[in-house]
Amino acid sequence: MSGDSAASETGARPDADARPAPDEQPAPEERPHPEGRRNLEGIRIDPVVEAEHESRRAVISALVEDEPGVLARVSGLVSRRQFNIESLTVGPTTVDGHSRITMVVEETDPGIDQIEKQMAKLKPVISVGEVAGNAVTAELVLLKVQADDPAAVHAVTEMYDGRTLDAGPRTITVQLTGDEARIDDALDAFRQFGIIEIARTGQTALARGDTPTAPGEKPGTAGEPTTHDD
Amino acid sequence: MSDTAAQPREDPDGSEEPTEGSGDAADTGAETVSTGADSVVTALEAAGAETAFGVQGGAIMPVYDALYTSSITHVTMAHEQGAVHAADAYGVVTGDPGLCLATSGPGATNLVTGIADADMDSDAMLALTGQVPTEFVGNDAFQETDTIGVTRPITKHNYFASGADTVGDTVGEAFELSRSGRPGPTLVDLPKDVTQDETDRTPGTATPPPGSDPDPNADPDAVEEAARAIEAAERPLCLFGGGVIKADASDAARTFARTYDIPVTTTMPGIGSFPEDEDLCLSWAGMHGTGYANMAITHTDCLIAVGTRFDDRLTGGIDTFAPEAEVVHVDIDPAEISKNVHADYPLIGDAGHVLDQLTAAVREAPDASAWREQCAEWKETYPLTYTTPEDEPLKPQFVVEAFDEATDDDTIVTTGVGQHQMWASQFWTYTEPRTWVSSHGLGTMGYGVPAAVGARVAADTMGEPDRDVVCFDGDGSFLMTMQELSVAVREEMDVTIAVLNNEYIGMVRQWQDAFYEGRHMASDYTWMPEFDKLAEAFGALGLRVDDYDEVAPAVEEALDYDGPAVIDFHVDPEENVLPMVPSGGANGQFATAEDQL
Ligand SMILES: Cc1ncc(C[n+]2csc(CCOP(=O)(O)OP(=O)(O)O)c2C)c(N)n1
Repeated sequence: MSGDSAASETGARPDADARPAPDEQPAPEERPHPEGRRNLEGIRIDPVVEAEHESRRAVISALVEDEPGVLARVSGLVSRRQFNIESLTVGPTTVDGHSRITMVVEETDPGIDQIEKQMAKLKPVISVGEVAGNAVTAELVLLKVQADDPAAVHAVTEMYDGRTLDAGPRTITVQLTGDEARIDDALDAFRQFGIIEIARTGQTALARGDTPTAPGEKPGTAGEPTTHDD
Repeated sequence: MSDTAAQPREDPDGSEEPTEGSGDAADTGAETVSTGADSVVTALEAAGAETAFGVQGGAIMPVYDALYTSSITHVTMAHEQGAVHAADAYGVVTGDPGLCLATSGPGATNLVTGIADADMDSDAMLALTGQVPTEFVGNDAFQETDTIGVTRPITKHNYFASGADTVGDTVGEAFELSRSGRPGPTLVDLPKDVTQDETDRTPGTATPPPGSDPDPNADPDAVEEAARAIEAAERPLCLFGGGVIKADASDAARTFARTYDIPVTTTMPGIGSFPEDEDLCLSWAGMHGTGYANMAITHTDCLIAVGTRFDDRLTGGIDTFAPEAEVVHVDIDPAEISKNVHADYPLIGDAGHVLDQLTAAVREAPDASAWREQCAEWKETYPLTYTTPEDEPLKPQFVVEAFDEATDDDTIVTTGVGQHQMWASQFWTYTEPRTWVSSHGLGTMGYGVPAAVGARVAADTMGEPDRDVVCFDGDGSFLMTMQELSVAVREEMDVTIAVLNNEYIGMVRQWQDAFYEGRHMASDYTWMPEFDKLAEAFGALGLRVDDYDEVAPAVEEALDYDGPAVIDFHVDPEENVLPMVPSGGANGQFATAEDQL
């Protein structure tokens, strides 16, 4: 085989010393350097418009095989790659053996793209994508407040179309559903009574109208299960 | 190889571990009865598996029993880490998935490092682990580990076998999945009852799971766009990664670069994809890559990157990586596109297919003669070099060059991790794919010796017993897995292990000198045993070399020796690996001397 130098089989010394020594070479700072740069996302920085991506909220919906460990696989992926996740919900769909995972994340566009691609690599994931346009989103919240003024609690509950699930001498437990803005408003309103405990499910979502929620998903009608291209 | 059939098959109740629980009721004594384990072995044979590496144990015993009469050769290793690295290297050399077996609990956990290693390097591999009987799973039974949980983040996918009727299909699918698309390790955890239970079901033809076998061709319009960008480039550069080798696309890569006269660098895993002795080749880029490769990558205006994941050891700081280049990125895994470096021209597909598509789509070679001259000039200015003054001890680079001189192009080189690994990659001229076998992404010390065993078995299996297998190891790395020498001796394997013994864990010492004011915390290994004597104790040939004059004769003797040979080369302990791009630094600002760090 052809080595760079002549270490012959007779054991003679190689000719390595004949090659230019470091002090005959330009030092690091003496070498030519390009002007260009990339940003943290590896995108070349246009000298005119320096494109930095802002984080945004995205709802990602995945159709998955309902096999053991699927949630662990998805959540493990999210935590390992340090994606900034706001909520994760999971539940059955109209197809036996399929579940839908809905994930709300706060990421840059390249980050959202990576989440989708990494999720798509998981074997039980059938289809995954960002829910198009203004998705229909909702969350369920249970909250327990102090019962000092039951009438006022009841009035606020009515105002936000909530339901009283339990009313005792010291606490009242209310159920609320709705999109994020509505839930936030409601929680603000309940704060005056003193919120003792809260349990939130996280957002779940469906695409509006005929648009499929996960890519390739064929919306079913009553009695006819949701199907998928694959 | 080892463990050939000699006695009739009989299994008491599998309780070779006296403390084991009692889940071994099923009697697998009768020859005619098929078990889950038989189905596992049938599936493996049907998938084309020829060799397995492993260590026995209670929970995996039914599978071993079924292997007793199988065509699959089993190589018993000294440690499960040895089994998994050997399987990994076997896979790298043959191109087929490596196969390793371990029992439950400690057997399975001993596989973990090697599975993670295969995962980082996208090496196809199937690991089969025994598991306690299903009814004990989750009860902290003897030798129980949550193998599925432990290996979930480091496998392409793992499976918990649920029944004797389906286990064969599961194993077949796992084997196919490991090599489909972007390769990677898969694992099937086999509860003992599943492999012991009877079944009359023969596993079907194995196919990879739906969606895991992507279209090998890239979108033709995207290929056209990339081709236009390549034609317009003034400073085009190919960057061939490990994916080129996995996809057996070296020929396509060579054709593309030569047809359009485009200079080539590789990544470290991509070593061998393009002949390093060709004018177009600038060798490998990255932290300890050549100065000329790093200059080229810094100044290119069109980087044609194929089968690389842009690891930080390659890119240095992202902001200064190929900062002016439009990037054409070819990868079979869409998730690699724009993960670290933004791809201006993403081409998703198999490296070989897409390179063929590109070769066809580029109509005119880019006008790059000035650029090629510039690259040639950088080659002259920044050669790999070292000095050999009279009064200094033997230089490790010299040893690597001596071996390179004395062996053929098809010689397989394996390494541990550290300085010796870098010298083995820098000072050896690689010309063929699948001849460089090393731990890249995980950087696993101790990879070298078991990998040499796996590589030897691979070459023999491929009908190439005359190929040399040379392992360059560090003293520290060798000490981690040298017990596999016992396997090489037992099997009379023709491997040569060159320990570049600097009585340091040298790479750490180098960093301490450069970045920690020379404080050698835990990096002095002055208590190293005499490796030549240890080799003899194992039954191997042991040699020791201290001087230049002894190098060539020792190399010759070791290569001529028909069996495992270890040469303990006492090399200059202060020698450093250069050039070096400081981590996170700019590739073009590599240091060629210590005082530049
Ligand atoms: C399993 C493992 N532990 C620790 C390290 C960190 N590490 C990287 S290089 C190195 C030194 C290797 O020493 P040696 O094998 O003697 O090779 P040398 O650098 O001296 O050639 C160490 C400790 C590692 N890569 N792998």
